[in-house]
Amino acid sequence: MTGRKGRAGRQLHGGKFAYAALIVFTAGSLFPLVWTAIAASRTNTRLARTPPPFWFGSRLFRNLEIAWTDANMGTALLNTTVVAGSVATGTVVFATFAGFAFAKLRFRMKNALLLLVIGTMMVPPQLSVVPLYMLIAELSWTDQLQSVILPTLVSAFGVFFMRQYLMEALPGELIEAARVDGAGSLRVVWHIVFPAARPAMAVLGMLTFVMAWNDFFWPILALTQSGNPTVQVALAGLGQGYIPDQSVIMAGALLGTLPLLIAFVVFGKQIVGGIMQGAVKG
Amino acid sequence: MPEPAHGRPAAHIEHPGGPGPAVDDTAPGGTDAATQRRRARRSRRYRRDVRWSPYAFIAPFFVFFLAFGLFPLLYTGWASLHRVELTAPTDMEWVGLRNFSRLLEDEFFWNALRNTVTIGLMSTVPQLLMALGIAHLLNYRLRGSMFFRVAALTPYATSVAAATLVFVLLFGRDYGMVNWALGLVGIGDIDWQNGHWTSQLAVSTIVIWRWTGYNALIYLAAMQAVPKDLYESAALDGASPWQQFIHVTVPSLRHTILFTCVVSTIGATQLFGEPLLFSGGAGATGGADHQFQTLGLYMYEQGWVNLHLGRASAIAWAMFLILLVVGAVNWVVARRLSKSA
Repeated sequence: MTGRKGRAGRQLHGGKFAYAALIVFTAGSLFPLVWTAIAASRTNTRLARTPPPFWFGSRLFRNLEIAWTDANMGTALLNTTVVAGSVATGTVVFATFAGFAFAKLRFRMKNALLLLVIGTMMVPPQLSVVPLYMLIAELSWTDQLQSVILPTLVSAFGVFFMRQYLMEALPGELIEAARVDGAGSLRVVWHIVFPAARPAMAVLGMLTFVMAWNDFFWPILALTQSGNPTVQVALAGLGQGYIPDQSVIMAGALLGTLPLLIAFVVFGKQIVGGIMQGAVKG
Repeated sequence: MPEPAHGRPAAHIEHPGGPGPAVDDTAPGGTDAATQRRRARRSRRYRRDVRWSPYAFIAPFFVFFLAFGLFPLLYTGWASLHRVELTAPTDMEWVGLRNFSRLLEDEFFWNALRNTVTIGLMSTVPQLLMALGIAHLLNYRLRGSMFFRVAALTPYATSVAAATLVFVLLFGRDYGMVNWALGLVGIGDIDWQNGHWTSQLAVSTIVIWRWTGYNALIYLAAMQAVPKDLYESAALDGASPWQQFIHVTVPSLRHTILFTCVVSTIGATQLFGEPLLFSGGAGATGGADHQFQTLGLYMYEQGWVNLHLGRASAIAWAMFLILLVVGAVNWVVARRLSKSA
């Protein structure tokens, strides 16, 4: 990642000021998360006193337990895992197929269809929730996970992202050679496109998983806190007074964030690389 | 007409794919005729494959895209021309443009629009400026550079809900950390939630916190693509590091900067979760005086608190029109930029 001498990008050594400024920024980025854990380890009465606590107390596991059972966080975590997993898988697979077709194949209306996909990339979710809500009300899908999985199962961004990647990463000669050997389209996809697309599929999968995990607007309309919530629905319920105990609310926030934070620590390098790579492509 | 996607040996293309085996009567031997037939069959199958497989590949995406992306978008437009109540969504009564003309006289709509713009500016401008500075620092050769990058991205991993819940506590009037810290320098307790500007500042802070690191990484990626000799020749001309930043780095990044401006504007236009949860259990008014109610929140209030789905649809379309204007402005700016390049 760090450029060798003579390559693009400036690579001067950072001075004391650079380190100091970055440490301050990092502290600011991490502080609210650390303080969530601190508040989750205290009692509600301790939080209602000045100065606020700066170090961990002993109530963490008790508060986590209350959040797990009373705030439905256990169900919520399971549901969110199912939703984010399905959405990420669906988006990656469908986007790779469609992205390959848009990148390398010829068919009628190709440009018009691509324009349609790109054009809807900036449409806000507010524009689709009313009909979606009518639909799930009609089907009695409220509080059922398919009501939040199906509408987000494909993404226009995903198709665009895979197309951009495959345009460069997939040599046309490779496909031709396979064709000459008599390979049908499905075999071409399986043996050539998927292996070539794997790095981009991983990046798209991770980004989609994070987005699906944190999705807020549509889930709070389709699911209810006391019924069958995702993590964000449960947290919204907590924030709107479902449970008045602030330390339990913080324990809920911690439970809902921890899985992604752990993933970011483990896959940090890949996620950072993916976002930076996506930025250059976009 | 669909053409074969990739060059095929001419021999295959010459066989017409008509019904029955392509009998080339000049073929002398039986084995040869069999080969010919096999070839013809294969070439027909090949042409069918090339012709229809692209549609098969895009079909799964487009089925979902049409059902859950495009159709709802258009149907929202249709619903905005009706009176629809949440309690009986199938009873639609045609009202023409009344939902829209109502919006023009609706003080809460204009209030929400103003708030969306001010919160949008207060969150986007500092966020992108800070991200530019952080990216510049991250572009130095650093010990632990991966640590700094991952740490900058942890707020992005935090959901709107989780982030807002903790910031509500931090900005608490009586026991909040922010007021405690301000008290140390002699500033009295601020009622963040109930003030007009203070509440908007607090909501903006949440947005800034979540997105600065993410944008910094996008800028960093673009900075790493700036040719090194640009800096070397600028340094030879005696440009200071600051001048190099202003005259080399920033111009090289102008397309990326424009891109982040557009993405942040889209995000700011649909701001919803932060103002909803910042008011705690007080509902969707965005504060007692609607002081931090955004368009996204107002749409939710109209649709899911006041149960007017038709009006909510009209607000959604108004948001879409605003974004179209933003997109048009962006297009003009982008054209100017590429002309000046």
